[in-house]
Amino acid sequence: MIAIPSRHKSLTLLATVVVAQVLLLAVQIKRERQVRLIRVWAVELISPLQRIGSWTINGAEHGWGGYIGLRSAQKENDAMRSELDRLKVRNAELEGRALEADRLAALLNFRTAHADTPMIAARVIGASPDSGSLVVNIDRGSRDGIRRDMGVITPDGVVGKIFAVYPDVSQVLLMGDKDSGVGALLAETRTQGPVKGTGEPLLSLEYISSDEKITVGETVLTSGQDRIFPKDLPVGKVVDFASDPKSPFMKIRVKPAAHLDRLEEVLVLQTRQELTPKKSPDAETAPVTSPAAPKAAVAPALTAKKPTDGH
Amino acid sequence: MESTEVYIGPEPHIEVHKYYAGVVPVVVLFALVLQAFFPVYIRSANYLELPLLVTLYFALSKRNPSSGLVLGMVVGLLQDSLSRTPLGLYGIAKTLVGYLGSSLGARIDVEHPIARFLLTAGFYLFHHAVFTLTTRALLAQRSESYLTVPILIASLVNAVIAIILFPLLDRFRKPS
Repeated sequence: MIAIPSRHKSLTLLATVVVAQVLLLAVQIKRERQVRLIRVWAVELISPLQRIGSWTINGAEHGWGGYIGLRSAQKENDAMRSELDRLKVRNAELEGRALEADRLAALLNFRTAHADTPMIAARVIGASPDSGSLVVNIDRGSRDGIRRDMGVITPDGVVGKIFAVYPDVSQVLLMGDKDSGVGALLAETRTQGPVKGTGEPLLSLEYISSDEKITVGETVLTSGQDRIFPKDLPVGKVVDFASDPKSPFMKIRVKPAAHLDRLEEVLVLQTRQELTPKKSPDAETAPVTSPAAPKAAVAPALTAKKPTDGH
Repeated sequence: MESTEVYIGPEPHIEVHKYYAGVVPVVVLFALVLQAFFPVYIRSANYLELPLLVTLYFALSKRNPSSGLVLGMVVGLLQDSLSRTPLGLYGIAKTLVGYLGSSLGARIDVEHPIARFLLTAGFYLFHHAVFTLTTRALLAQRSESYLTVPILIASLVNAVIAIILFPLLDRFRKPS
């Protein structure tokens, strides 16, 4: 047995006695609300450990919960992104439909305003793979009464002419093509001259004498002399003009009235007679028929008359 | 297993006093009674700390830390029992006084009146400081300051009384 030196014995005894009396104090003393001091000490001794434990557990729980939440949030995020993408597509689709409805309404209004003029609505379904030519394909062909050299327009103005016809598809040579030409005249002076494509966005009004008085922004209309388009269809507006010293004619550039770069629905004219606006009483309530509708239902509705030419 | 004991006790030249049987308890009880009795009639007797003086006297005389701290503990607990203070407040203070007093008594000459005066004044302040510290730290109670003028005066008063009391108690020693 290890003997404790006397000095250490007394120190040990001192510590024991003091600690015992401290505990004795703790047992007796009551603090606020009559809680015994030993309880207070016990609580104050334990509570930091409890706090640490609680903090650790809560941290772990929050961390775990956050991790799990993060995983679920990631899943939710992915789902919402997918939903957002779907809604974007849906929104674009609806916007497209709204625009299509507007265009169709414009087509219908135009068609209704010219109820006596035979014309067929068609949808642009493609373009020529040849980058050197401005050609689009429409979903109407010989079965629908389409013939070569028929005029193609939109409510905004002249688009081009049919240059190839197939049973169910036709090809339209746009006005901007170099090989395209439309008989036209200046709206104010009624000076006639062909409008030709340049392969560029702007057209060229040719054979207008340098003596003619021309203003920028002046409207150019069809003259009806090409036997394709009726008179007075909008072709475009004069953008600029210049005299050529070497030539008796001016160089006049015309901006097409129709949006040749974003055609979607067009009207194929089945006549060359002059388009005379006609106000029919049921024009406002006439149903809108999409070009994508069954041909059997659309064609009769829009084809009031048979083509007058023999193409 | 072999053990080695190293005796560390009073210096060989310092005398360890012994008292007749019953002297220590009687003196302690007498001090406690007077401590409880005087303040009733003499208001300024509140500064008197007879249990402390008795504890310090026997601790210095016996020169044994263990017996000194046990005596201090007993006196302190008795004083706590007779007062309104929680058991242990005076006990802790007097335990430490008994231990330190015995330790000091084993090393220095505590028979000289000046030494007794200084030791008593010092231990009174120490006792008060421990009491105050215990009250504040363990009980979280606001008590008087560690050192005030009244406390300082009280230490001096008790030191003066010690100079008178200790020789009286010396009479109860066993002749060596």
